[in-house]
Amino acid sequence: MITVGILALQGAFAEHAESLRRCGVKTKLVKHASEIEEIDGLVIPGGESTTIAKLTGNNSDPLFDAIIARAKAGMPVYGTCMGLIFLAREIEGSTQGRLNLMDISVRRNAFGPQKFSREEQVSIPELGEEPYPVVFIRGPIILTAGSKVQVLAQVEEGLVMCRQDNLLVTAFHPELTDDLRVHKYFMEMVSQYKERVAQTVAVGQLAKLR
Amino acid sequence: MATTELKEKNAKTGTMLVKKALPQMLKSGVIMDVVNAEQAKIAEAAGAVAVMALERVPADIRADGGVARMSDPELIIQIKNAVSIPVMAKVRIGHFVEAQILESLGVDCIDESEVLTPADEEFHIDKSKFTIPFVCGARNLGEALRRIGEGAAFIRTKGEAGTGDVVEAVRHARTILGEIKRLTVMPREELMTYAKSIGAPFDLVASVAESGKLPVVNFAAGGIATPADAALLMQLGVDGVFVGSGIFKSGDPSKRAEAIVKATTFYNDPKVLAEVSRKLGEPMVGRTARSLSEGEELAKRGW
Repeated sequence: MITVGILALQGAFAEHAESLRRCGVKTKLVKHASEIEEIDGLVIPGGESTTIAKLTGNNSDPLFDAIIARAKAGMPVYGTCMGLIFLAREIEGSTQGRLNLMDISVRRNAFGPQKFSREEQVSIPELGEEPYPVVFIRGPIILTAGSKVQVLAQVEEGLVMCRQDNLLVTAFHPELTDDLRVHKYFMEMVSQYKERVAQTVAVGQLAKLR
Repeated sequence: MATTELKEKNAKTGTMLVKKALPQMLKSGVIMDVVNAEQAKIAEAAGAVAVMALERVPADIRADGGVARMSDPELIIQIKNAVSIPVMAKVRIGHFVEAQILESLGVDCIDESEVLTPADEEFHIDKSKFTIPFVCGARNLGEALRRIGEGAAFIRTKGEAGTGDVVEAVRHARTILGEIKRLTVMPREELMTYAKSIGAPFDLVASVAESGKLPVVNFAAGGIATPADAALLMQLGVDGVFVGSGIFKSGDPSKRAEAIVKATTFYNDPKVLAEVSRKLGEPMVGRTARSLSEGEELAKRGW
């Protein structure tokens, strides 16, 4: 059984926990560095990116370091909205704290104030033929993506879903809809990671992995 | 719900899903009252999830007396330009034109607030007509569900704003959460009579009885002045807190703001609470809610 952690410092973490539970996964709300060791994958939910930067010490905090260490060792991390911003290499016009793990540059509040927040149907071929219901809430946009980044979805304003190896990001909020396909896609990433770790352990190469 | 609503490809703004989602993103966060761009920047740097832009904090509204109205749009624009986090602003109860003005300014959420002088003593705003979400105060479940019935996408306790006395916010949070708990064990045949007795729409009563929670996010507000106050309300079960006069009427606003943000996240961890509560300087000078005379109790505004 896999355990997916949800960063529970601020934002819509309960909604992600509910979506994951409906997928049949064990979930764990994470607030401390030690808890990062107990999970097989991490969801960073929607919220305010300046708040999360502050709560993780603006790039200097045991929890912040623990997330980076596990992500660099291959643990899948999925960032929604604020989580996307937090994972990015570059945030337009801002020096706020960030994990700097994914080779993307992003624009915060790319859709403007709340009156322009919206829901719509978007084609995401990776998730099947049926369009996906996306919800943008003062959402960001990915402006540029590096060569290792796979683009999974876009709208008029720019890129809204990308993957780079073990890192997945969406500018929209699957946890607010009943469509579980994004969570299932991430669960598949986590299952594959856990299998790989198990195999590596079996051949006694744990030391190399770390 | 969303999947069926979204059968056509057209993008839709201002749906209930989109309006309810904004406060969902603010959960476990602190929304701070600010009266100028400089305070807004301090609040954002301290980790506030949103700011409430207003000309006077409730403590000053109490001190000054007179009619309290929507703030000058110029001030709201200045505050909007100063920060990247959501900006909220208050309108008088029932004053839908003030709300139209705020929506056109691009504020992210409107507080139909008892802190301002009511413009209508009979009717609240029809909030379902607006594209942006409204937050409304409530003292009990009936009041919360009436506001939600009118289209509010976000509820807060009323508390007693501008006092620095947390007692009324505690009372309102306990009342609302207690009434919800009782509803979950109530036999179905009792729901209609209960809905009638609390003056709430039956459908909303039935949905709360089934889900065990309000259909929208529920924050605490009114009298929160310390990190411990914020943690107390969080432990009682609210989703986040508003801090009005408590921050910028204190000795060291920046430090206190940061401390309340941490306390709201780590509300269950007394060690963190002890650490952040150290050397915060003078808290706002309080006034006990009990010492207020009849006309001074803001929570009694709204119905």
